[in-house]
Amino acid sequence: MEGRPVAVIECPEEIPCNPCETACPQGAIQIGNPITRRPRLDAARCTGCGLCVAACPGLAIFLVKEEADTAEVTFPYEFLPLPQVGDVVTAVGREGQPLGAARVVAVRQVRTSDGTWLVTLAVPRALSSEVRGMRRL
Amino acid sequence: MAGAEVTEVAVVGGGPAGLSAALAARQAGAKVIVVDENAAPGGQLRKQIHKFFGSKEHHAGRRGFRIAEELVAACREQGVELWTDTLAYGIFDHTLGIVRGGTASTLAARSIVLATGASENALAFPGCTLPGVMGAGAAQTFINLHRVLPGRRALIVGAGNVGLIITYQLLQAGAEVLGVVEAAPRIGGYAVHAAKIRRAGVPIYTRHTVLNAAGHGELEEVTIAALDENGWPIAGSERTFAIDLLCLAVGLTPLTELAWQAGCLFEYCGPLGGHVPLHSEDMETTVPGLFVAGDMAGVEEASTALEEGRLAGLAAAAYAGYRSPNLEEEKAAARERLQALRSGPFGEGRYLAHEEIVRRWLKWRDAR
Repeated sequence: MEGRPVAVIECPEEIPCNPCETACPQGAIQIGNPITRRPRLDAARCTGCGLCVAACPGLAIFLVKEEADTAEVTFPYEFLPLPQVGDVVTAVGREGQPLGAARVVAVRQVRTSDGTWLVTLAVPRALSSEVRGMRRL
Repeated sequence: MAGAEVTEVAVVGGGPAGLSAALAARQAGAKVIVVDENAAPGGQLRKQIHKFFGSKEHHAGRRGFRIAEELVAACREQGVELWTDTLAYGIFDHTLGIVRGGTASTLAARSIVLATGASENALAFPGCTLPGVMGAGAAQTFINLHRVLPGRRALIVGAGNVGLIITYQLLQAGAEVLGVVEAAPRIGGYAVHAAKIRRAGVPIYTRHTVLNAAGHGELEEVTIAALDENGWPIAGSERTFAIDLLCLAVGLTPLTELAWQAGCLFEYCGPLGGHVPLHSEDMETTVPGLFVAGDMAGVEEASTALEEGRLAGLAAAAYAGYRSPNLEEEKAAARERLQALRSGPFGEGRYLAHEEIVRRWLKWRDAR
């Protein structure tokens, strides 16, 4: 999926939850019945709009866009103060471990946000499946 | 005693279960009064600033406090009377003893729904009475209702969903959380809740316990230790944290005093948090016309409380003489949604426990 952002769903357990399925305007995420089934993504239909990222109560969906050498990782962010575009922040992994400095390339809200921000960091492509957040400011 | 009041359906508790019951009973045509001891209705939903799990029918993806706002608005629109600052201290047949605005009176009803919720479990250890040691719910009240930070450096006991959520919300409120201490070998809450706080850099110490808390007049430090296979602290593994807040998130117990007083039959049920009243599929107890819903009928979640409340409200209205035109279909749909919520590895234990409670109720009925 080079050149465009695609959702990455990290939802490992069978819990009763399906807002991602409801949020996706493309029908790219399927849970079905019962609602404890894990979401399945049809990556070909994903436009990277980010509605599922903000809708997921578990904050378990990310967007990853991969270019030749670089990548952009988008994650939900619910802490104040907010980072600003252009800021250099510390990217962190799933354990909160620092993965180096990264530039903030977008800070936005979407229709499903209700207060949840989507922050996008530019990272080396090698870290596109490692970076999942940033250190709080 | 002030003048006695009379209604058709009385609901005790204005949380998700009670409001849902009130709405269902009102929509069936009954006159409904909800009594709640708090200043505002909504129950624990008012403190929940995170987005909820579940499906669209359970307002999933909505923040808890917004669900409370919507339920309260719907109740008001439908003409449900919401009595806040009203304590139900006793139940005498189909009459509640209440204290409303500081004055004692009674509220008689044809049917009553008890939706009183649950209370947090305590944990005993040296220093546990120091100011700064509190239930997770208390900390949540401080930060999310009163916007007061009860401590700057915190440790959480319990890695169930409540412990994981309060950790995240304390971080959002600006506190530093040094860790989550969990006696079990595994995290009890959802992996996604745990992942949120791990990304935020909070370690989770499984197989650990609190040894003691210490401080001069208030909490200053807490010592934890690793546990061996038998649950005993391992000497030499102690670790002390300088903190001013220790939150206990070690489970909930159904608040069942009124059901005991009414003479309901009970069963002890570990997966549901303690003694719960036997109840039918319609949430009717062994006392005719007395219904239960939500955490007091077995500790679960807001989404299941909404469905149980709906069942109890429909049945309580029918008992009071107001049969919803599509009663059986509505009940069947609510039961189906409840079953879906109780499927999967996290819900199965609660599903089986509720089945057993209903089986015992049926046995009681057949023996009558």
